[in-house]
Amino acid sequence: MSYFQKEFECMPREKIRELQSERLVWQVKRMYERVELFRHRMDELGLTPDDIKGVDDLPRLPFSYKQDLRDYYPYGLFAEPLKNIVRTHASSGTTGKQIVVGYTKNDLDMWADCMARQIYAAGGDENDIVQVSYGYGLFTGGLGAHGGAEKIGATVIPMSSGNTQRQINTMVDFGSTILCCTPSYAMYLGEAVNEAGLRDKIKLKAGIFGAEPWTEDMRRAIEDSLGLKAYDVYGLSEIMGPGVSYECQCQNGMHVNEDMFIAEIIDPDTGEVLPEGEQGELVFTTITKEGFPVIRYRTRDICSLNYEQCECGRTFVRMNKPSGRTDDMLIIRGVNVFPSQIEEVLLKIGEGITPNYQIIIDRENNTDTLDVNVEMTESLFADDVKSIERIENRITSDLRSILGLGAKVHLVNPKTIARSEGKAKRVIDNRNLHD
Amino acid sequence: MVKQLSVFVENKPGRLMEILRALADNMIDIKALSLADTTEFGIIRMIVSDADKAKKVLNNDGVVVRICNVLAVAVNDEPGALMNTFEILSENKISVEYMYAFGEKLGNSSVIAIRTDDMDLAAERLTDGGVTVLEGDDISEM
Repeated sequence: MSYFQKEFECMPREKIRELQSERLVWQVKRMYERVELFRHRMDELGLTPDDIKGVDDLPRLPFSYKQDLRDYYPYGLFAEPLKNIVRTHASSGTTGKQIVVGYTKNDLDMWADCMARQIYAAGGDENDIVQVSYGYGLFTGGLGAHGGAEKIGATVIPMSSGNTQRQINTMVDFGSTILCCTPSYAMYLGEAVNEAGLRDKIKLKAGIFGAEPWTEDMRRAIEDSLGLKAYDVYGLSEIMGPGVSYECQCQNGMHVNEDMFIAEIIDPDTGEVLPEGEQGELVFTTITKEGFPVIRYRTRDICSLNYEQCECGRTFVRMNKPSGRTDDMLIIRGVNVFPSQIEEVLLKIGEGITPNYQIIIDRENNTDTLDVNVEMTESLFADDVKSIERIENRITSDLRSILGLGAKVHLVNPKTIARSEGKAKRVIDNRNLHD
Repeated sequence: MVKQLSVFVENKPGRLMEILRALADNMIDIKALSLADTTEFGIIRMIVSDADKAKKVLNNDGVVVRICNVLAVAVNDEPGALMNTFEILSENKISVEYMYAFGEKLGNSSVIAIRTDDMDLAAERLTDGGVTVLEGDDISEM
């Protein structure tokens, strides 16, 4: 069994708690001084940094939310001046405006540690050739995996996503041994490799897959088609990016990097911390992050935490694969999508009146499909085909620019979108993504 | 000029039938009809015995309808007659967006519905050129 940083990954639980307490006290004090929103929320609760003496006091601290990032867009929640921020990443918010996060040099270093631990846990080291087929750019996937692979001294192939033929040629020619991408893209690559009869020519031994929900059936299908062992990695840009938690060879839950993040499970309705092992909303506090730290950030992911020691020797708590969300966020081709974003586009097109709509998500050939049915209204309708096609095209291109995703738009007859109790069902997800 | 109904229909079996049934149930007579189709949807254009009533009936069924004006032109049933009509439009640089024919004749004339980019100019020049441009009343008597 090999560890990238055994001193942390296998630290006794009491020590982890001590370290967390020490770092939490530091972070709370620092954020109170530097982040106006946090100080304001503390003041409202009548709390001062001195009240927070360790992890036991964590439940007293105020929550933070995705909406905060929108309200303080772009830099309002950073705890370092911009001269110390060396990188930003962004993802879509619940509506048109994106959310921005920032990293100091030290943050990037610790993020690289997170992903390095994942690659080690998947049996990788400096001898490996890591093909990173997550998208590079504002999305944290590509550069996140890249940083970890470089940190361990592996040979990195910064492929980014797309261009399947080139992905496969590279995989064969360069002799890639570890693949990092979304699970649905891994499924797709697996099929393409087999169709091309190249299964014997690839040398993959491990795959690190995340950024979207997937099932155990998908894991087996990927492992069979690419001849590798598939690992689940979890993350979100508000906390860090991929590598917040990582799977070991036991493939039985993802170890949370507890020297950097404190995980809690709460009742999403009451905000109360739930007893150990119970399922609820996952909440993270970043205790080492400098650029964009958060206290008790509501991930909206539903899962449970397992504190039993893992057979791999790691003592970090394991979270199971999220079984759902407490909000209506969808993950389509690895991209976070909120129905409210689609509604916003339609509101604009309908000149203030949102036409009735329905979002249908499916999976064809291992690729997510997004169809948006929009009921025709008198204000959208015109006597000529060209005008209607123009509206259809405008909706499609507005959706593409807001979501960063291609959607098929269909104008349908009024009152054809099924309603229950007078309310239209807005989202139909036919993918069966949870076990 | 006469009133035309334009109706949005999704390309799905039965959609057109529902519209025709609603008109039949309300004793509305279809004088002329055409269908513009794309892969996803179609526009039915119709001239009916009572356009306002038809719109009300269809709206009640949740159908999206627009009323607009078209030219209804009587054209003698003989070779070259239609060409003469279009020659006038062409000489005046009036562009035709679409056209279709009525099911029944008016005397010895066929009746054509025409939509152009400039309806008033078209009506004026056709009338000046001796073409019979019909009004709503002429049509309801057909």
